[in-house]
Amino acid sequence: MLNSRIPTGPIEQKWEKHKGEIKLVNPANKRLIDIIIVGSGLAGSSAAASLAEMGYNVKVFCFQDSPRRAHSIAAQGGINAAKNYQNDGDSIYRLFYDTVKGGDYRSREANVYRLAEVSGSIIDQCVAQGVPFAREYGGLLDNRSFGGVQVSRTFYAKGQTGQQLLLGAYSALSRQISKGKIELLNRHEMMDVVVIDGKARGIIARNLVTGEIQRHGAHAVVLCTGGYGNVFYLSTNAMGSNSSAAWKAHKRGAYFGNPNFVQIHPTCIPVSGHYQSKLTLMSESLRNDGRIWVPKNLDDAQAIRNGELGPNDLEENQRDYYLERRYPAFGNLVPRDVASRAAKERCDEGYGVNKTGQAVFLDFASAIERYGKTEASTRNLKSPTKSQIIELGKAVVKSKYGNLFDMYQQITADNPYETPMKIYPAIHYSMGGIWVDYNLMTTIPGLYAAGEANFSDHGANRLGASALMQGLADGYFVLPYTIGDYLADEIRTGQISTDTIEFEQAENQVKATLDKLINTNGDIPVDDFHRRLGLIMWEYCGMSRNEKGLKKAIILIKKLRDEFYSNLYVPGDVNDFNPELEKAYRVADFLELGELMCIDALNRKESCGGHFREESQTDEGEALRDDDNYTYVSAWEYRGDPSDPKLHKELLKYDNIEVKQRSYK
Amino acid sequence: MQFTLKVWRQKSQSSKGAIETYHLSDISEDMSFLEMFDVLNDKLIRDKKDPIAFDHDCREGICGMCSMFINGEAHGPGRNVTTCQLHMRSFKDGDTIYVEPWRSSAFPIVKDLTVDRSAFDRIIQSGGYVSVNTSGATQDANAIPIPKEDADSAFDAATCIGCGACVATCKNSSAMLFVSAKVSQLSLLPQGQTEANNRVQRMVNQMDAEGFGNCTNTGACEVECPKGISLTNIARMNRDFLKSSMG
Repeated sequence: MLNSRIPTGPIEQKWEKHKGEIKLVNPANKRLIDIIIVGSGLAGSSAAASLAEMGYNVKVFCFQDSPRRAHSIAAQGGINAAKNYQNDGDSIYRLFYDTVKGGDYRSREANVYRLAEVSGSIIDQCVAQGVPFAREYGGLLDNRSFGGVQVSRTFYAKGQTGQQLLLGAYSALSRQISKGKIELLNRHEMMDVVVIDGKARGIIARNLVTGEIQRHGAHAVVLCTGGYGNVFYLSTNAMGSNSSAAWKAHKRGAYFGNPNFVQIHPTCIPVSGHYQSKLTLMSESLRNDGRIWVPKNLDDAQAIRNGELGPNDLEENQRDYYLERRYPAFGNLVPRDVASRAAKERCDEGYGVNKTGQAVFLDFASAIERYGKTEASTRNLKSPTKSQIIELGKAVVKSKYGNLFDMYQQITADNPYETPMKIYPAIHYSMGGIWVDYNLMTTIPGLYAAGEANFSDHGANRLGASALMQGLADGYFVLPYTIGDYLADEIRTGQISTDTIEFEQAENQVKATLDKLINTNGDIPVDDFHRRLGLIMWEYCGMSRNEKGLKKAIILIKKLRDEFYSNLYVPGDVNDFNPELEKAYRVADFLELGELMCIDALNRKESCGGHFREESQTDEGEALRDDDNYTYVSAWEYRGDPSDPKLHKELLKYDNIEVKQRSYK
Repeated sequence: MQFTLKVWRQKSQSSKGAIETYHLSDISEDMSFLEMFDVLNDKLIRDKKDPIAFDHDCREGICGMCSMFINGEAHGPGRNVTTCQLHMRSFKDGDTIYVEPWRSSAFPIVKDLTVDRSAFDRIIQSGGYVSVNTSGATQDANAIPIPKEDADSAFDAATCIGCGACVATCKNSSAMLFVSAKVSQLSLLPQGQTEANNRVQRMVNQMDAEGFGNCTNTGACEVECPKGISLTNIARMNRDFLKSSMG
């Protein structure tokens, strides 16, 4: 039976009480304990810095050339915290409520409450580290609002919040490296977890420059390895983002939680051609000021697709601001899953506005005019002309979103100050991940998962600006406490020897897998398989899913997997710098994870959050949950065959929030 | 579009490198420069040849991993863009394009276009941080108001992505723009001022120890920086350094 180890007592006292009861490791004993952290993003860097400060010996692994490159760096819009600086009625409870509701009542209450509780400390911590958040003229911190909420609680640094927060965590990490408390292994990839007597005791790593396979022992291993959106090939994730660490842990006994819950972000730059290697996000913060629309008439949509009409040729009454029409209460700021489905619905009906028919407009004209008028008024301009207003308005929009507008123009060659952006949903984030208990420990004792790599806080849909919050909460404020509960019993263990049969077996297995990949000697490059897997996943396990499609996808993935192992071609050597081999190792795992995602989506016959089962919708086409049968976390156990996992259920209980059908109307 | 590519190939740090020539056709103007390299590598792999190694990750201009020296310019002809954000429409059909790695003795070549920039990490480790523990038990984030201009200037300096274009561009292989951006960010904020003297001394010492050259105020780094980091930061660091040297 899955035990999530949620402390007893009222929700607002659980975390304080738990912290008080957690076993401690005394400073002298901490020096005898080794911890491995895999990944150097927000969760990894913050956890590593914190654990090293506490006195543990830490090793950090990252596959990039520097820990500062982890993909947290690309997060744009902001980070939530229940500070209530804006005096708009925000509170810990409200942040908790919004997050549970936003997640469509499929997240664990106690974890989410803790997240909201520590959110304020994150901002304090980051400011103390020199993170340059946006400020108002009075010198105090500025906020903006994000989708799915009705308060302004998002702290930001232009469109580069992730960068600034990661560089803050990286600086804390660097400080501990300089003190000799952290050993950094960059350009190293974790290949497997080593489990001895049921406990995680280390990892097998590969030096990506020399190809050397290494054994590293530790008393605990923490996976901060991010999400698995790249199973879809095209996503907003970095090219190197992968699921291999999580998947290898899964195969060693860590249950995988809600694998089908992935977030499709509504505002990304649409696909431009078959050579496309990744998709670029346009921050959700743009929905504060941008209005989303498609033409009202099919003929106009056709004319725009053919290039006979431009968006600015259509009058207001010829446009369909479909989010404002369908969801008057939240308008353009509905949560991501809702906004994405609405865009797909319009495009499926033939209203798409680019060559492929898969794009909608995100229009800043009215924001530019509105800001221009305010600015003219503050500058005391008497009866300003229209062009003066537009100029002033553009300057305001530039100061808020300048870097995003530049990026858009660079990629598409369109100027978004003059013509609306074209956007379309794309895979962005994994709510699912390795199952963890309240202490962030997986089902393998001594193995932890933090940040996007775990499943716990976002349910079936994550709200904007909550990923950064969770990564840093886990790393700075949760794991450093909870890991002590396990490590307190490890103080007499002594150094973990890597000279054991388990390490040897794991090492041999890794070597055999690499040899198999490089010796397949077929004809097809690994990207080709990855792209095809992505198409299957997007078609059948993307924004809209049904039983028939999912069953078909499972067959197609198995076929593709067989072909992969018979016709893959990986150039170069095993014992060398070989990026193609790295990719092959990762895609081999995606080919198994993809199947589990489909199995999970097939099992969950309800719609919830980002998981939309066509069989389960309201008359108005909204997602329809089935609380009687599916108020649980699916935690899948690997049993030796990727097609035959065993389902365990963690039943979810909501004692502090009324469960109801989500409505943003 | 069609292109002739002249690409630096080098098997390892110790081996001798050379320019090799490749011809590509059917390139779309909407492709990014790296997607064009994907097409080339796909072709090489299908011909059972060794693909070109190059660093890249986020492909949206923020991780700082991509690093190509294109037609004699770091990150190519565009301004304020990284290689991954450079698109083929910036070139003319039929162009010959030269692609080389960052060249600096402080950035040894790993393979082909991939170099080792860990010297930058070591400079940050020498003092590019505020010495505060991560307990969260600091004062409230709004306890010290910071003038918006200072916060904005600190942010501008903090947008450095650590790609190394400044070093690759500089005739002296100087890392002054990179180092001064971090020094400036922290010295502009009250949180970083306490240890500002120590920080600038330690970071400059580490910079020298890594073998980066000195600054002769050419300003090429500012021109080629994909994030538009300003030379003002170097002036500020020089001032801070002098001040800290006088004790």
